[in-house]
Amino acid sequence: MRALAYNRKDGDLIPQPVKAGVLPLLLLCCGPALGQVLERGNGPEPSTLDAHRCPEVACANVLRDLYEGLVAEDGGGRRVPGMAERWEVSADGRTWTFHLRPGLRWSNGEPLDAGQVVASFRRAFAPATAAPFAGHFEAIENAGAVQRGELPPTRLGIAAPDAQTVVFTLVRSADLPRLLTLPTAFPVYLPALAEHGAQHTRPGRLVSNGAYRLAGWLPQAMITLERNPEFREPAPIPRVRFHVTEDASSELKRFEAGGLHLTETVPPQPLPALRARFGDQLRISPYLGSFWLGYNLDQPPFKDAPALREALSLAIDRDILTRHVTGLGEVPAYGLVPPGVAGYTPASLGWGRATQAQREALARRRYAEAGYGPDRPLEVELRYNTSTPHRRLALAVAAMWREVLGARVRLRNEEWKVFVGNRRQRVITQVFRGGWIADVDDPRNFLDNFRGDSNANWTGYDDPAFTALLDAADAAPTLEARAARLREAEAHLLRAHAILPVYFYTSKHLVRPEVGGFEANPLDRHPTRFLTLAPRE
Amino acid sequence: MKRFAARTLEAALTLWLLATLCFVLLRAAPGGPFDAEKTAPPEVEAALAAQYRLDQPLLSQYGHWLGDVLRGDLGPSFQYPDYTVNQLIAAGLPISLVNGGLALLLALGLGLPLGIWAALRAGRWTDRVLMFGAGLGLAVPKFVAAPLLILLFAVTLQWLPAGGWDGGWRSAVLPIIALALPNLAYCARLTRAAMLEVLGADYLRAARARGLSEARLLFAHALRPGLLPVVAWLSPALINVVSGSAVVEQVFGIPGIGRYFVQGALNRDYTLVLGVVLVIGAAIILINAAVDAVRGWMDPRLREL
Repeated sequence: MRALAYNRKDGDLIPQPVKAGVLPLLLLCCGPALGQVLERGNGPEPSTLDAHRCPEVACANVLRDLYEGLVAEDGGGRRVPGMAERWEVSADGRTWTFHLRPGLRWSNGEPLDAGQVVASFRRAFAPATAAPFAGHFEAIENAGAVQRGELPPTRLGIAAPDAQTVVFTLVRSADLPRLLTLPTAFPVYLPALAEHGAQHTRPGRLVSNGAYRLAGWLPQAMITLERNPEFREPAPIPRVRFHVTEDASSELKRFEAGGLHLTETVPPQPLPALRARFGDQLRISPYLGSFWLGYNLDQPPFKDAPALREALSLAIDRDILTRHVTGLGEVPAYGLVPPGVAGYTPASLGWGRATQAQREALARRRYAEAGYGPDRPLEVELRYNTSTPHRRLALAVAAMWREVLGARVRLRNEEWKVFVGNRRQRVITQVFRGGWIADVDDPRNFLDNFRGDSNANWTGYDDPAFTALLDAADAAPTLEARAARLREAEAHLLRAHAILPVYFYTSKHLVRPEVGGFEANPLDRHPTRFLTLAPRE
Repeated sequence: MKRFAARTLEAALTLWLLATLCFVLLRAAPGGPFDAEKTAPPEVEAALAAQYRLDQPLLSQYGHWLGDVLRGDLGPSFQYPDYTVNQLIAAGLPISLVNGGLALLLALGLGLPLGIWAALRAGRWTDRVLMFGAGLGLAVPKFVAAPLLILLFAVTLQWLPAGGWDGGWRSAVLPIIALALPNLAYCARLTRAAMLEVLGADYLRAARARGLSEARLLFAHALRPGLLPVVAWLSPALINVVSGSAVVEQVFGIPGIGRYFVQGALNRDYTLVLGVVLVIGAAIILINAAVDAVRGWMDPRLREL
């Protein structure tokens, strides 16, 4: 229980009352003090600080400060050397060799060598770890079989020929350095895990290798990190606190009151009003997330009805939706993969460049071809999970379908867990809210969900030609050839109208002027060690 | 002693029924703890299910869970695997108790005198102003009052933080006020009504006729019977500020246990919800017993019951 106790050192900045006095007297004290501690809003409570088991953004943000993988990312999301100072790949793209920097150390001062890196990977892929992102690493030899428990972790295609070298053996072409920035690839200190099990992630127990080390964790309130003295370059900001900011409106008020330097998001409010209030502090930039509506291809009315699916897709005015309904700089989408993936040019629907009037005329034609019209209007159900932004969007889409096509639309909102269950089962859904936020900047991340055997295949799309293109991408000898195959696969998927692309997400933050080095990047990753903090004016 | 034993048995039975009902309801709700947008591969899901015994028949899960609870172990959290439910409650309960307790003290400390004052000035403008204020305090929900407090004291005046919890007193002030406001209003109204009834009673009229001073009348004869309804109200009020503070905890980002009711249920964090329900259930039973004892001391007629 001691580990749970609030770390009193964190309170240094805020004067403790010498004695409790009358409230107004206490209130006379100065406003919230910000100094050499970066106060970051971080969304919901991180579910875990076990790097291998981290499933969401909130824990990944903290873990990126605590740990460093073989490959790291700088403040702009560019890949930079991490534990490895350099790496090379064999001519066939199947063997990757990483050379560790000399003198790597854990935060407790012990040396960190290649053997420990390999052991950590084996732990990540062991079935008992149940690592949520391990599926991204299937290109590593035996990764799938090890995770399924069919082979022991020692058969994983990773080896340490000496204390300074880690060698990966792949079974197919993959951009491995891209994957190695995921928390699954961070080195976990196994002695602490052996001693404390799932509770090795407490202050005083967690040993890491990044620019920061864990100093305090008060569940549902905040996580405090302090500079790791063993890290090769001291981070400019000595301390950072990740605050739980579950409610975006509350987070905004905390920022306005001076309690946060950096917010996780911005609540949905009209952009001009936000700009007027916050000026340059408002940072909106493209984000690798794609919002689309999906069709259930297993059931009528969308089964074997590509013309109908295209008609609904044509009938919505994405400019109106992004300008007036979502309104925070989102980009109208005519494809699945957002722009911003390095080395990839996304595919797009052909009529994306037409005017909305042309699109609506074509929509009516397709609608009639599908056998619908004023005498036989389409009756359709649009399903979304309960949330105000989703309801607003669903209402607008329903109105557009009604106006352009005369379709009768029922809206159905469901509680989150019920919604994801129904969507996955593909029995009672018709049109549903879809979308995907990338874990890694790889088009595969968006396309894999449309494989027939994917367990995140909510549409039921299952086309051998599409799967063959993905397999061809796997077999491609170079990354350029791989990207070309993936683009063909995306175009193929779009032509089938399995989904209705709506918009590409933006990342939204409020950043105080004293924070330096905050750079927009498509995965919205902002490691604290690349930020600076000037004294407050 | 016999009565104490009977009451303990009754309490245990109540808790068991509560836990069982809650267990059944939680499991009857659609969706499970590991249903998410990004689903893990089937093997990973199977490994997780096995770790949490979700692969066993429901009755066997119930048996295991009940056995663990009897040993004082509320199990691991599904949503926060780094913590056991015991640890999460141990971290959150003191915060909820202290904030709730202070809010209630504030409500009593201001509500009682204001209520008495209003009763003594019944019908005059002080009474009307006070009761209008109390009506307002009751009518404005916490999710409106809390952001207004933040807007005034944190955003505009910048005296206090707008939310968050660092263990210092400054982050506790606004949440305590937000929690206290409706209770303060209710307490003042309740005190006024009870005092008015007592002040109009025959025995007080007789005492007044004997020439007792107003102060003596109030403090020696009217106060104790007049406060009985307020004491009876304390038990639901205390429970309410501790367990029903989810809104205030959410708005201010307070790491108490109130939010676990809502969040735990949304996440289908079975063990966490059951643990919180059990702890709050036990607290309700204890608080009720304590309040009954105090009322018995204040009103001898209740001791016979």
